This record gives sequence, structure tokens and C-alpha cells, in this order.
Amino acid sequence: MSIIKEQIPMKEQLPQERKKNFYEVPLGYTKEEAILEATRCLQCPTHPCIDGCPVHIDIPGFIKAIKEDNLSLSIEIMHDTNLLPAITGRVCPQEEQCQVVCVMGKVGDPVAIGKLERYIADWELENRSRGNINIPKKKESKNKKIAIVGSGPAGLTCAVNLIKMGYEVTIFEGFHELGGVLTYGIPEFRLPKKIVKEEIEFLNKLGVKFNLDFPIGRSETISDLFKDGYSAVFIGTGAGAPQFMHIPGENLGGIYSANEYLTRVNLMKAYKFPDYDTPIKVGKRVAVIGGGNVAMDSARTALRLGAEHVFLIYRRSRTEMPAREEEIIHAEEEGIEFMLLTNPIRYIGNENGLVKQVECIKMKLGEEDASGRRRPIPIESSEFLIDIEQAIVAIGTTPNPIISKTTQDLKTGRHGEILVDENGQTSVKGAFAGGDIVTGAATVITAMGAGGLAASSINRYLSGELK
Amino acid sequence: MFKITKKQKLGPEMVLMEINAPQVTKHVQPGQFIILRVNEKGERIPLTVADFDSEKRRVTIVFQKVGKTTYLLGSIPEGGSILDVTGPLGTPSEISKFGTVVCVGGGVGVAPIYPIVKKLKSEGNEVISIIGYRSKNYVFWEEKIKNVSDKLLIATNDGTYGEKGFVTDILIKLLESNIKIDRVITIGPAIMMKAVSDITKLKKIKTIASLNALMVCGMGMCGTCRLTIGGETKLSCSDGPEFDAHLVDFNELMERLNVYKEEEKYAFEKWKTEAKI
Ligand SMILES: Cc1cc2nc3c(=O)[nH]c(=O)nc-3n(C[C@H](O)[C@H](O)[C@H](O)COP(=O)(O)OP(=O)(O)OC[C@H]3O[C@@H](n4cnc5c(N)ncnc54)[C@H](O)[C@@H]3O)c2cc1C
Ligand SMILES: Cc1cc2nc3c(=O)[nH]c(=O)nc-3n(C[C@H](O)[C@H](O)[C@H](O)COP(=O)(O)OP(=O)(O)OC[C@H]3O[C@@H](n4cnc5c(N)ncnc54)[C@H](O)[C@@H]3O)c2cc1C
Ligand code: SF4
Ligand code: SF4
Ligand code: FES
Repeated sequence: MSIIKEQIPMKEQLPQERKKNFYEVPLGYTKEEAILEATRCLQCPTHPCIDGCPVHIDIPGFIKAIKEDNLSLSIEIMHDTNLLPAITGRVCPQEEQCQVVCVMGKVGDPVAIGKLERYIADWELENRSRGNINIPKKKESKNKKIAIVGSGPAGLTCAVNLIKMGYEVTIFEGFHELGGVLTYGIPEFRLPKKIVKEEIEFLNKLGVKFNLDFPIGRSETISDLFKDGYSAVFIGTGAGAPQFMHIPGENLGGIYSANEYLTRVNLMKAYKFPDYDTPIKVGKRVAVIGGGNVAMDSARTALRLGAEHVFLIYRRSRTEMPAREEEIIHAEEEGIEFMLLTNPIRYIGNENGLVKQVECIKMKLGEEDASGRRRPIPIESSEFLIDIEQAIVAIGTTPNPIISKTTQDLKTGRHGEILVDENGQTSVKGAFAGGDIVTGAATVITAMGAGGLAASSINRYLSGELK
Repeated sequence: MFKITKKQKLGPEMVLMEINAPQVTKHVQPGQFIILRVNEKGERIPLTVADFDSEKRRVTIVFQKVGKTTYLLGSIPEGGSILDVTGPLGTPSEISKFGTVVCVGGGVGVAPIYPIVKKLKSEGNEVISIIGYRSKNYVFWEEKIKNVSDKLLIATNDGTYGEKGFVTDILIKLLESNIKIDRVITIGPAIMMKAVSDITKLKKIKTIASLNALMVCGMGMCGTCRLTIGGETKLSCSDGPEFDAHLVDFNELMERLNVYKEEEKYAFEKWKTEAKI
């Protein structure tokens, strides 16, 4: 049998259609497509793909099971290391992780590992919705309570792992909904909220308790939790604090941080205003500043809310963009207007304090900087104005300071990130941390990896193995 | 769900509610606020904790019905409940023994100034409270404030009660009397706080204002509430809500409060027609 060199494509909503709705863009594989794609996997004995995956999923194993149409085995293999495959299959930067090292990449396209992951996870969700839900047996109760602070991928993963080991687990979440960035950041058209809800419902069925509207550091402190009888605490509070450029006019009306913009739309459902009460400005001409996933999500959201022109302003070139290639292509297909090698220097407002223009300057690339990327340098006298009604600043976030400010002896680094050792342990005895609060803005799968590591460390700590 | 254990009308459009909110009362201090969401489709709105009972684990809020969310909230009866309440949010008021402190509260701002006055007094300060209302029928909590102040001065805009004029008229007179004032604290509409700030700036009296910027998260995560304070961008929900008034760009605050004016009006009108208010 000859090898199929190209990936089996996944059907997608057409750009002209999808840019007017919030439905998911890629539509999923059919059984035949999935099996065909699965046959492309060479089942390499060296399986470099496994090392490429931050949580070391047995990739050839789950793919082989898909090929043999043994889907329950496939999902079992998946769940060994990855409890949220419906989410990672959609948002993982696969092309830089498991797929970039795939041996098939040498003769053609790498195996579509992420797409297969999504296929198998969707099959299971579908099954669950029909009532065929397989609740894993819990180990004997250890009669110890553990508090998880923050319900993003790090906290959720830590919670599932611990409850399976027999601990009593309670999640404390500051917002009124669970899921962290999965709920308030990544938009519906990339990660349907129904999926996030179903995964959380699964945790509920396992017996995880939830305390919503409960910001730790405010309602209770970390030391209160220990006093209340929690034997260990996991902090997974993410990197939620928005950064700004600190250029003139940045506080004008109509200028949003990406966090505000996406929170209004995703968490508060402002796209359904006035049926939902939270408003959002709908601009015809929108500038988005930045070149990462968050910028792409903001730009594509603005388009779906009714913008006619969305300018994506990024100071380096397309090659340096940190966003996933797939998302960049999706944005281009939908008509986002990329203004590369361009940087905003000030905003100009109208008489009501609403933004009406952004002044930009052209950039060129100079020497490589410490990060190995070529440093952008402004080109003199190249300033120009763009008329806009709205701007969304997506230039990054920093760790949330509430907990570090209110927890004595909790050591943090230069950017406010919580410092941990190789086991995820912080400087406070019994307190562990992981995810974006430790690494700064990273990825869903690394946050999950950190949550999983912390769960096993907590278990070792409570059994006296770890001091 | 958070139960409304008491509801009271304090004046036209002014409502007091006591809410059962155990997670708020453990650490709440004067100057802090809560964020609530009435129902599934609701907005998150910030309201200052006007009083609290740590034993019964209840907080009191006093709000003015100005738009859709506050009207909706005001329509819930005693015994009813609110979907989400979170807090205590914000940095507590800085309170120690300053000496003589003047507290200036206007309209709905009279309620949140109460716990501050009370704590200032218990720390041994001489507290002069100046409170102002639109008209006599709007007056509330006069006794309550009086009981914890050394002196209470009251104004109504139309002169139907107390002195005729604004709280700032009283403040100017007080400053002219040449008593030594160590600090001024003000809560009320932005325009009033700006006027207070302009007056005390001339006299170089340290003044603290509790800013009411629009908010979504209340936890320092969205940037909705950002304002320029002394030339730097600060988040009023987590760095504030209290700031040195002389460093505040009040014009920017007022402009930012108006960003959604059209949308708010539209939503309110639509709701009024549908709910037949
Ligand atoms: C718009 C956007 C798009 C992204 N796209 C991708 C992508 O395509 N692929 C990818 O891999 N990654 C993506 N990321 C990054 C990824 O979402 C994050 O790296 C990941 O969610 C981090 O997980 P976490 O659990 O550490 O924190 P978070 O997901 O940030 O969750 C932290 C949780 O803690 C809560 N919290 C904070 N403080 C407190 C407190 N004091 N008390 C209680 N609760 C608190 C927060 O409300 C939140 O729910 C994206 C991020 C954004 C914002
Ligand atoms: C930290 C903080 C504490 C607050 N404490 C109280 C309180 O104790 N009691 C109280 O009644 N209100 C308080 N507010 C204001 C309150 O949050 C708003 O009145 C409320 O959000 C209005 O919602 P709405 O949907 O009813 O009205 P909207 O439809 O949103 O607005 C109606 C009108 O009110 C104005 N408005 C909206 N938001 C504000 C605001 N934040 N400040 C001033 N005017 C506003 C609008 O410009 C508009 O003219 C506080 C605000 C903050 C930030
Ligand atoms: S979790 Fe991410 S990196 Fe790991 S196999 Fe799945 S898609 Fe690849
Ligand atoms: S490297 Fe590629 S082809 Fe080889 S086992 Fe992994 S997924 Fe299959
Ligand atoms: S309200 Fe979100 S940062 Fe202040």
C-alpha cells in the first residue's frame, strides 16, 4: 500500500459564511476520514511525537486504536495522560509540538495528531450525551481535603487527578463561571463553550466541589484555607492581568484590552446584547494590536460582531507572529487586514472622549534580540493615521497579583510569577502552583501538564514522601 | 444564590438591601465593594459595602436606581435572591489616627461613607461629616452618620432641608473657619468629587476619593476600570477604588463613565417597555 503524503483535510465552514457567525470553524472528521488519516501513522518504534507532546500522550497507541475502530480503547489511552482532549485537540499548538517532530513530516505532511485527538474526544462526548458515561472508580477515600484555586486547565487537571486518587477536592473560582481562559478568553468559534461545560460537568460527577464567586486573597486567604482544614492548596490563577503600551490616548473610550473585549463577549455574552445586559461597542473600523493567538481571536471576534475593516497591527513581520499558523490562515481567509511592521504610537479621540484615530509608525527589523527574534526598529518620519472607532490591545498579560499580595512568604519572580521547584512546590509549605501563574502566558497543554505534576507532588507530599 | 434578607426604600429611587453573603463578611473592611449579577443574563455591577454584620454574615448595600440593572435589582422582593455576589473587592480604606478628618458624601455616596466614618471615629479621629442630597425627601441615614461623627453638616440643593446648596459650599465655609483639617475623604458623583478635590487642592489638604469607574471583573483582570492617576495607568478595582484625589484625572473618569451611554439607554428603554414600568 502506498503512503498518502497529504493530511486528510478537515471540512470547515466557508470564510464568507463563518465570519458572520460564532459557530465553530473546523467541522470535525467523519469516521472514514479519521481512519484514513490514522492509517498514515507509521507506528514508529522511536515515536518522537510522544516526546513532542508536553504530557507525553501515547500517540501511536491512540491512533492505532482509531485505525482499528476501537474507539473506547483509544479514549482510554488518551485519558491516561490527557483528560481534556476535546479541548487540546482544538487549541493545542500541535504544529510546534507533537506534529513538528512526526516522522511522516519528512516525506509529506505530519500526521494530523490534533485532529485525530479531537475526533476521538468528540466521539466520547457524543457518547456521554447519550448517557454512556464511564465514571472512573475512585480509590478509597483518603479523608483529606485539597483546595484548588482557579478553574483554568491547570486547576481542572489537578482537581481530576487528585479526586481519582481519593482526595476530597474543592475548586475556588473568582468568576461566576468555571474554565478560566477556556471560558472567558478563547472564543466560541474556536472552542465551543458546550464542550468546556461538559468537561466540567464530568468533574462534578466525579465529586469535585465548586465554590464560585470566590476570589482567594479577598474572600479568604491561602492561610485561611489551611486553617479551614485543607491539607494542601494548588494555585492555578493564570496570567490574567492585561498589559498596555502606555502610549498617549490609550484610556480613550472604545479602546479595550483583549481581556476586557473577550470577557465581555465570551463570559458576559455581549454579542447577544441587549438580550444579555453587558454592552460592547461595535465598531465598523477596528484596530487590533498584537500578533498572538489573543490578537487573532480578538480580530476575528470583531469581524463577527459586525466590523467592516479589522486592521491587525503587528510590529514585526508575519514570520515572527506568535499565533498558531492555522489561526493566522483562518484570519487571512476571513479578510482581516494585516498591517505588519507597524506600531501604534498614539490614539486620538473625538469631543466625547471616544477614539477616532490611531497614529502608527512603520518598522523595520534589526539585529536579533535576546529571544532570538529580530528586533523591530521604527523608521523615521514614517508616521501615518488610520481612522478607527475601536482598538483592542492584545500585547500580553502578566500573572494575577491578588494572591501574591495577600500571602505572606510566597516568593515571586520579576514579573510577579509564583516561583516553584521541580515538583511545583512554592515557598509556602503545602502550597503548590502551576500553569500561567508560574510560566506567564503559555498554553493550555502546558498548564494541564503543570496541574498533573502538582497533583502527583501533592500526593507525595501528603504521604510524607516529599518534604 | 444569595438571599435578600431585608429590603427597605430609603427615598425616591434609593434602595437598601441586606444580603446573605458569607464569603464576603469574613474579611470585609470599610472602602471595599462587591460585584453582583442579578440573573443569568445580567451584567456584573459593583456596589460598595455600606454596612456589614460579620456574625450574621450579611452585607448591606444601598443603591440608586439609575438604569436597567439597578431597576432590575430593585424589583426583587425581600426574601428573593440574587444569582451571584462576589467580594470583598478593592483595597480597604487606609484608616489610622490622622487627627481631624472631613468626610464628604453626596447622594448615594452617603451610604458607603458610613463605614469609613465609623472606623475613623473608632480610631480616635475627630470626624466632621458633610452630607448632601438633592432635596428633603432624598435624605437618608442622617441619624446613622450623626451617631458616629463629632459633627454633622447637611445640605440640600434646593434648601428644603439643612443648608441650601452643595456639599462643597459647606466645605468652603468650613475651610474658611480655619480649623486644622488633616484629611478629606469624599464619595459621590464624579463631578462632586472633582469639585471637592479642586477646593482642597488649593488648601493642600490630602484628599481621598472613592472612584466609581465602570467595571467588569473587579479582580484586576480586564482593564475596564483603568484610569490615569498621577500620569500612570491604574486599575480602580484592585489598586483602588480609593485614590489621592489630587492625582485623579476626573475628566477622563467622567468620559469613561459615558462610553456606553447610548447602549445603556437603549437597553433600559427596551426593558421598560417590555416590563411595562
Ligand atoms: C484569547 C486567548 C487565546 C488563547 N489561545 C490558545 C490556544 O489556541 N492554544 C493554547 O494552547 N493556549 C491558548 N491560550 C493560552 C491558554 O488559554 C492559557 O495558557 C491557559 O488557559 C492557562 O491555564 P491556567 O489554568 O494556568 O490559567 P487560566 O486559564 O487563566 O485560569 C485561571 C483561573 O483562575 C481564576 N482566578 C484568578 N485569580 C483568582 C483568585 N484569586 N481566586 C480564585 N480564582 C482566581 C481565574 O478567574 C481563572 O478562571 C489562549 C489564551 C487567551 C487569553
Ligand atoms: C467601586 C464602585 C462602587 C459603587 N458603589 C455604588 C453604591 O454603593 N451605590 C450605587 O448606587 N452605585 C454604586 N456604584 C455605581 C453602580 O455600579 C452603577 O450605578 C450601576 O452599575 C449602574 O447600572 P445600571 O445598569 O442600573 O445603569 P446603567 O444603565 O449602566 O447606567 C445608567 C446611568 O448611570 C450612569 N452610571 C453607570 N455606571 C456608573 C457608575 N459606575 N458610576 C456613576 N454613574 C454610573 C450612566 O452613565 C448612566 O447615565 C459603584 C460603582 C463602583 C465602580
Ligand atoms: S495534547 Fe497537544 S501536543 Fe499533546 S498530542 Fe495532543 S495535540 Fe499534540
Ligand atoms: S512520529 Fe508520526 S508517524 Fe511516527 S508514530 Fe508518531 S504520529 Fe505516527
Ligand atoms: S474591573 Fe476588571 S480590571 Fe478592574
